[in-house]
Amino acid sequence: MGRYVLRRTGAAIATLIAASIVIFAFIHLIPGDPVYVMLGDGATPEQVARLRNRLGLDEPLVFQYLIWAGSALQGDLGQSIFFETPVTQVIAEGAETSILLAVITMFWIVAFGVPVGILAAIRQGTWIDQGLSGLAMLLASVPTFWVGLYLILIFAAGLGWFPSSGFPSVFDDGGLYNLRYLILPSLALAAPNAALILRLTRASMLDVAREDYVRTARAKGIPPYRVVLRHILRNALLAVVSAFGFTFAALISEAVVTETVFALPGIGRTVVQSILRRDYPVIQGVILVIVCLYLIINLLVDLSYRFLDPRVELE
Amino acid sequence: MLNVDNLVVSLRNGPQILRGVSFGIEPGEILALVGESGSGKSMTSLALMGLLPPALAITGGTVSLGGTEITHLAPHQRVRRNCGKVAMVFQEPMTSLNPVLRIGEQIGEAVRVHDPDAVPADRAKELLDMVRIPDAAHQLSAYPHELSGGMRQRVMIAIALACRPQILIADEPTTALDVTVQRQVLGLIRDLCDRLGVGVLFITHDLGVVAQMAERVAVMYAGMLVERADVGPLFRAPLHPYTAGLMACLPDPESDDPLLATIPGAAPRAGAVPDGCPFAPRCVRAASRCRSGALPLVHGGEGHSARCHFPLTAAASA
Ligand SMILES: Nc1ncnc2c1ncn2[C@@H]1O[C@H](COP(=O)(O)OP(=O)(O)O)[C@@H](O)[C@H]1O
Ligand SMILES: [Mg+2]
Repeated sequence: MGRYVLRRTGAAIATLIAASIVIFAFIHLIPGDPVYVMLGDGATPEQVARLRNRLGLDEPLVFQYLIWAGSALQGDLGQSIFFETPVTQVIAEGAETSILLAVITMFWIVAFGVPVGILAAIRQGTWIDQGLSGLAMLLASVPTFWVGLYLILIFAAGLGWFPSSGFPSVFDDGGLYNLRYLILPSLALAAPNAALILRLTRASMLDVAREDYVRTARAKGIPPYRVVLRHILRNALLAVVSAFGFTFAALISEAVVTETVFALPGIGRTVVQSILRRDYPVIQGVILVIVCLYLIINLLVDLSYRFLDPRVELE
Repeated sequence: MLNVDNLVVSLRNGPQILRGVSFGIEPGEILALVGESGSGKSMTSLALMGLLPPALAITGGTVSLGGTEITHLAPHQRVRRNCGKVAMVFQEPMTSLNPVLRIGEQIGEAVRVHDPDAVPADRAKELLDMVRIPDAAHQLSAYPHELSGGMRQRVMIAIALACRPQILIADEPTTALDVTVQRQVLGLIRDLCDRLGVGVLFITHDLGVVAQMAERVAVMYAGMLVERADVGPLFRAPLHPYTAGLMACLPDPESDDPLLATIPGAAPRAGAVPDGCPFAPRCVRAASRCRSGALPLVHGGEGHSARCHFPLTAAASA
């Protein structure tokens, strides 16, 4: 077990180092002098020299990388060119919105996708199954921003149940009640992913139901609900859990769109704006943070998989 | 004890897979069910268990155990109604155990259902001892992938015994095992049958193991029992040409000739079974009247019968 964790963690760190080199190289892959790209044509020579110096562009490349990676390790991702504040601060400002959005979205995905997938599998072939599977197919195939716009149209503009944009911090007036600002965006973000998890849960339940060991379980005369929960679901979840890592990756790119549609002050919107502003240190910092998160989540998925499936240890 | 009467199993809205199968099994007795692959042996056992796959159903006949009819009851319904129990050891030990549950849990959950008063862990250990798994207490916490095929099949037998069955079905329990392991598992089944007095339906495609395992034999062809007899008379004087053909396929210990005889042709697929005798197209003795109409039941002595117009033994009487 200990060796398994070590090996997995080592692999994650190696991936992170490789990713950080790519992220670092990004600023040097921009055609032309990045300093002029960032500052625009009207920059004075002093401004250019100051930025060049601040970015350390006069040093050799390897040296630059080591300095950048070393500072990143100490929590220093450089300065935002637009805001003239530390990148970590820019990220921190969007973090509350994005983290809450991600948590609520994951909640919808797990709370709807898995149980409804189980229901569809148990009722395989009935109108319940056909209805649910059809709905899942529909949701999985429409783009997030379109679901978002529809939700705004119906529940914000039409019924007025939820606000359509923005998100005041839960630490401001309104407290946790401010979370209602995140209901529609999280639903929009969850819809296609919950639909995928639903279909995956259903398909893998039906796959497992055909296994010989499920027949063995039935032969014992244990009640059918126990056969479903203990034998079918337990094994079917192996496939579903490993899909959560990928779901997270999909969430990140869809979150950028959703935050823009709902005008949420999150990291996704920060990225979009930074790209438009050519605020490269912020872009680099955000991508590095996202890669770290992605690796951590997948590491957790791998480790939880080990607990669910005793065979992993030997492989 | 177990009584199967004219059992018919069909694909839903489709052809019959079993076409009127009848036999009985007494406590402590082993009945061997023999036949080529695809003849319907596994479907017979699943029908007796109440575990037919969704595409198939019992469309005629009855199964009763100790006088109670259990034809259409699934195992959990049999538990709830407290009727007699049939347990089964499946063909494939590598896939028949749940890979993510410990052996002890998999036996224990059967104990909990059938032996509510027992302590599951104690009873599970007792069962592992009974099927001669060394170091039983330790193996309770093993996962299936940590055990060999032979050990897994013993665990399967332990699970079946945990159900306190009156009838144990063993569906080609050793086909997937090495020869030496095969012999041990067969010996174990024989021994448990004698010791616990359970009736055993022993399914095999190998007539060779029948003689050492069973008291009585039923030969199945295309979903039909073509011959039933005690082991001795069957080997001495088979009535049905199909049975004789199967015996001709057995390796001869006296001869060095590695080439085995085979019955020419192939068994008919379900749904494409010809009228009359299903074996007629492959039978050297077949005549025109074999190809249509009902088949006569011929007898060759006490408890020995076959369905054939031209049985091999002249003494046979209609
Ligand atoms: N799930 C199924 N659906 C339809 N036909 C089946 C199914 N399983 C088995 N059969 C058919 O039932 C017949 C008997 O199969 P089986 O009992 O497995 O034979 P055996 O165990 O003697 O090898 C075969 O002809 C097979 O094609
Ligand atoms: Mg079979």
